[in-house]
Amino acid sequence: MTTQIDAPRTPRMDPKYNRSRKSRTNFEMIAWLFMRLSGVVLIVLIFGHLISNLLVGQGVHAIDFGFVAGKWANPLWQVWDLTMLWLAMLHGTNGVRTIINDYAEKDRTRFWLKGVLYVVAAFILLLGTMVIFTFDPCIDPTAAQAYNFCPHN
Amino acid sequence: MWSWVGHRVTGVVIFFFLLVHVLDTALVRVDPGAYDAVISAYKNPVMALGEFALVAAILFHAFNGLRLILVDFLKQGPRIQRQLFWTVMVIWVIALAGFGARHLTLAFTGGGH
Repeated sequence: MTTQIDAPRTPRMDPKYNRSRKSRTNFEMIAWLFMRLSGVVLIVLIFGHLISNLLVGQGVHAIDFGFVAGKWANPLWQVWDLTMLWLAMLHGTNGVRTIINDYAEKDRTRFWLKGVLYVVAAFILLLGTMVIFTFDPCIDPTAAQAYNFCPHN
Repeated sequence: MWSWVGHRVTGVVIFFFLLVHVLDTALVRVDPGAYDAVISAYKNPVMALGEFALVAAILFHAFNGLRLILVDFLKQGPRIQRQLFWTVMVIWVIALAGFGARHLTLAFTGGGH
């Protein structure tokens, strides 16, 4: 006895599995490509992040406000962290979007789950971006003493 | 099949950690003392095991992601996907052992604190 298994994306696919109306754009192909490209870049960014924060020197014990201030005094780490934030959030949000599309069968359920996902992702993305751009090492009184660029009073 | 399940599960775990991690890091914009207090929670040995598990998830997702790219883009990719999977598992165990040896030693010996 043999079982006939249709190839993926076959036109004979049961219509109940087709959850989107015909689209004029190839958004899903762009998203597929983005996952692969951002994935490769994220490996470099996150491995570098883990090595510099957890493996060198005192590792996790060295992390405090001064550690962050020291890193963000270097424009390389500002760009590094900002790129990592955006790529990781977009990669993760698109991954969870795919999972919601796969498992939530009701249109309304998918709509609300994805709505919550997008609101949370946008909030975290904007918060993180704001923190990197507006970070001020001088709010730490001991740091303010040490850095001559901090206003003294 | 199981690598696909593993990729989804680790992806979701990493995503939720990322949300929390941006929130805890955002404290550097609010108050240095509050940031130091929250970060000190990451420094206890129990959390070190959590960090080990998180990095295990990250390394699996990273190496298996590279395997997916090879399967998608290499002409002979789908034919060698099983060999690639075991290659991923070997690299994963070696990388995780290296990370664990360094990170858990630092965490459990106190690192001078």
